[in-house]
Amino acid sequence: MAAVTETLDTVAAVTEGGYKWGFSTDIEMDMAPKGLNEDIVRLISERKGEPAWLLEWRLKSYAAWLKMEEPSWAKVQHAPIDYQDLHYYAAPKKKAGPKSLDEVDPALLAMYEKLGIPLRERAILAGVEPEEGERPPVAVDAVFDSVSVATTFKDTLAKAGVIFCPISEAVHSHPDLVKQYLGSVVPAGDNYFAALNSAVFSDGSFVFIPKGVRCPMELSTYFRINARNTGQFERTLIVVEDGGYVSYLEGCTAPQRDENQLHAAVVELVAMTDATIKYSTVQNWYPGDADGKGGIYNFVTKRGACRGARSKISWTQVETGSAITWKYPSCILQGDDSVGEFYSVAVTTNRQQADTGTKMIHIGKNTRSTIVSKGISAGRSDNTYRGLVRIMKNADGARNFTQCDSLLIGDQCGAHTVPYIESRNPTAKTEHEATTSKIADDQLFYCRQRGLSQEDAVGLIVNGFCKDVLKELPMEFAVEAQKLLAVSLEGSVG
Amino acid sequence: MNAVSQTSLQASAQGFLARYEGLKARLSGNVALRAAGAAAFAQQGLPGPREEAWRYTGLRVLADVAFHEPVVLLADGAAQLAALGLIDGPRLVFVDGRFRDDLSQLPEGVSVQTGAPAFGRIADNAEKMVALNTMLAEDGAAIDVAADVDAGTLLLVSLGSDAHGKPVSFHPRHAVRLGKGARLTLVEVNAGVGVYFNNPVLTAEIAEDATLVHLRQQMEAPGAFHLSTVFAEVGARGTYDSFSLALGGKLARVQVHARLVGEKAMAHLNAAQLLGGSQHSDFTTVVRHAAPATASRQTVKNVLTGRSKGVFQGKIEVDRIAQKTDGYQMNQTLLLSRDAEIDSKPQLEIYADDVKCSHGATVGELDADQLFYLRSRGVPVAEARNILVRAFLAEALDPIAHEAVRAGMEAAIAARWAAELGTGDAA
Repeated sequence: MAAVTETLDTVAAVTEGGYKWGFSTDIEMDMAPKGLNEDIVRLISERKGEPAWLLEWRLKSYAAWLKMEEPSWAKVQHAPIDYQDLHYYAAPKKKAGPKSLDEVDPALLAMYEKLGIPLRERAILAGVEPEEGERPPVAVDAVFDSVSVATTFKDTLAKAGVIFCPISEAVHSHPDLVKQYLGSVVPAGDNYFAALNSAVFSDGSFVFIPKGVRCPMELSTYFRINARNTGQFERTLIVVEDGGYVSYLEGCTAPQRDENQLHAAVVELVAMTDATIKYSTVQNWYPGDADGKGGIYNFVTKRGACRGARSKISWTQVETGSAITWKYPSCILQGDDSVGEFYSVAVTTNRQQADTGTKMIHIGKNTRSTIVSKGISAGRSDNTYRGLVRIMKNADGARNFTQCDSLLIGDQCGAHTVPYIESRNPTAKTEHEATTSKIADDQLFYCRQRGLSQEDAVGLIVNGFCKDVLKELPMEFAVEAQKLLAVSLEGSVG
Repeated sequence: MNAVSQTSLQASAQGFLARYEGLKARLSGNVALRAAGAAAFAQQGLPGPREEAWRYTGLRVLADVAFHEPVVLLADGAAQLAALGLIDGPRLVFVDGRFRDDLSQLPEGVSVQTGAPAFGRIADNAEKMVALNTMLAEDGAAIDVAADVDAGTLLLVSLGSDAHGKPVSFHPRHAVRLGKGARLTLVEVNAGVGVYFNNPVLTAEIAEDATLVHLRQQMEAPGAFHLSTVFAEVGARGTYDSFSLALGGKLARVQVHARLVGEKAMAHLNAAQLLGGSQHSDFTTVVRHAAPATASRQTVKNVLTGRSKGVFQGKIEVDRIAQKTDGYQMNQTLLLSRDAEIDSKPQLEIYADDVKCSHGATVGELDADQLFYLRSRGVPVAEARNILVRAFLAEALDPIAHEAVRAGMEAAIAARWAAELGTGDAA
């Protein structure tokens, strides 16, 4: 297969140029010393001027974390993490009162440019009004290391009654809401990484959609790890009251580093009666180089609670980055007739390891869940789907459909499927199907015969393979995601 | 609760170790192998609730029972054996784990050795129940079929008796070896009365072009524990063709490890579990495709009534060199009562790219349309349910080529269904 060799060479030349988003920005950092102890937890809380109850909560989480063991059940391998060798707090030094975008550090804005944030969004960041007839703009809450430095469109959102702000701010401006919901979906002691996050969480987004409000625009956060050796511990909380709707976009890239960086985020979603939350992620943290050196450890706990009847939570994710991914966006379907969805594309190449999937817990009657997972492994990577569908005793008429397909590209990678199906109700129906295959020679031949290059043919087939998931993404992300897929696989086609 | 069950598991393991210390001077068979098993068991203990492979099958109920060494007492067994209504022909009968010459009929053209455990080559003490077996095995059958011999059908019967008045445990250890091109149909029947713990291990080495058909009927006593492990290793173009029927026992688990080590080797691991009351039954398989162009097929059916719990864990592993692997696995469950539970974990672990592997799993109740169809044609509801359940199980039973054995199994299913399960508590 000469064409393949040729492709590999060409692609190697391209990828040796390095991770496209591998750069770092020099901004003065205010940083806590390395290590984790009670004092550091107190320091974080103090720097953020947090109320006593939150410090209490952090300390309790920290105490719980100390008693827990790092989980080892995921199909990933890495050197032991030295939790004392990380910084747990870093904030860019701010000028006094950066209330407007003009006062935001220009280096930061320049970084967004390098990040390739779509032009329109950059314009929004820069304060340019959208033209007539354009789609509703996207509100961006930018997390730069640990402190949110710029939040846009607050006013527009405020008019609709939507609260969208850094969670550190919400702690002060809406303490009751935060206190009521924080940790209500992912309790502090839920798992090792969630406990760690609860103890030291840096910042993240808080979204509150009041009763009957359809959020007038898509909400978006761009994450970015910047400071060397800084663990990033986002905490996101989204609450949608009765009949509300929100679509939330999360995307991330990270600069190239030699040392592994830990990312342990927690995302909590709460959907009340008739509420809908759509949460979309494009994850493109630095995956490490071709030998697996460097790269982000992405150990994330994401969970949504469909508390009210007919509520709906839909997770869509495109995972192409990170050295190691450990992530299971889940839905707790409490309300009758509530709906949970999980659409995922996970691509691993080189030495990447991904262990990702979902949990659908059916508690209410006539709850429905759909899981569509597409795993693509290339290079020397390992890609695992791990999912749980649990039908509780009272979930009459519950329904689950699961489809997980794996595509192997090359003979040095691994694709694994580990579904758990637990059913305790005879009126519930669950269906699960999984397939593993490679790109069929006849498909390739068909495309090549019509003049497509090997690379384009594979790109086309892979895009087709992922179509069921990509079509769930909002426009803003669909384009970026397709591009990411192509770029991610460039080095490994053969 | 974890801490509690942990302690009772440990205490139970200590009991088995103490029995080994008392018996080891007079147990027959390879001393070094047995000592290795004992060392492994001393280190590993019994499987706990936090172990992935045992997450759905807890052994606390087993650990709560103190099991004793079967006393040397000739339980009759003949009447029990006759009541099973087995097919005619050569048979190896074990009562409480010990070979009974008087009840057996040795086959022709097959070498059979009994009187000592047949440890075999391929069992792995890393499996905790296997380590326990290796430590305490007293007896077993070493069955050898020479190259190119078609050895026909052989019955391997295990009877648990209540002749002792207290719960006993036995750990038979069998080894089957088929030479090149050899053929054997081994029909394994496990039955008994009273409370006992049957922990058999069977290894099957299947050479090139050889075929072992292994048909298993587990109808242990309602109070019995049955935890069996099979290791099968299949050479080029060889076949391990197995079917396991689970009807009995209080707590049962059948674990099969099949390794396909030669090109075009093949494994069929089919099963049916029909459970009621508070039965718990687990069918766990690991198929390892370790050579190119190997194939595996699995159809596993569960029918659960009462408060029963069914478990299926099926793992397909494909090594890097096992290109052109073809793996297929289907697990379907009928939940027929509000209190029954199924836990299913089909699993793929694949390291070769030119493969075709798939699995499917469904859970649901009887199809309302199908029931309606039958009822609208005048079939009473109980009979309609009966028809649908048996049709559902048929897919797993159909591949059994041995007609008399299949008929026997169908009869056993029908009897079990009629006696306890079919009458009741469907939602």
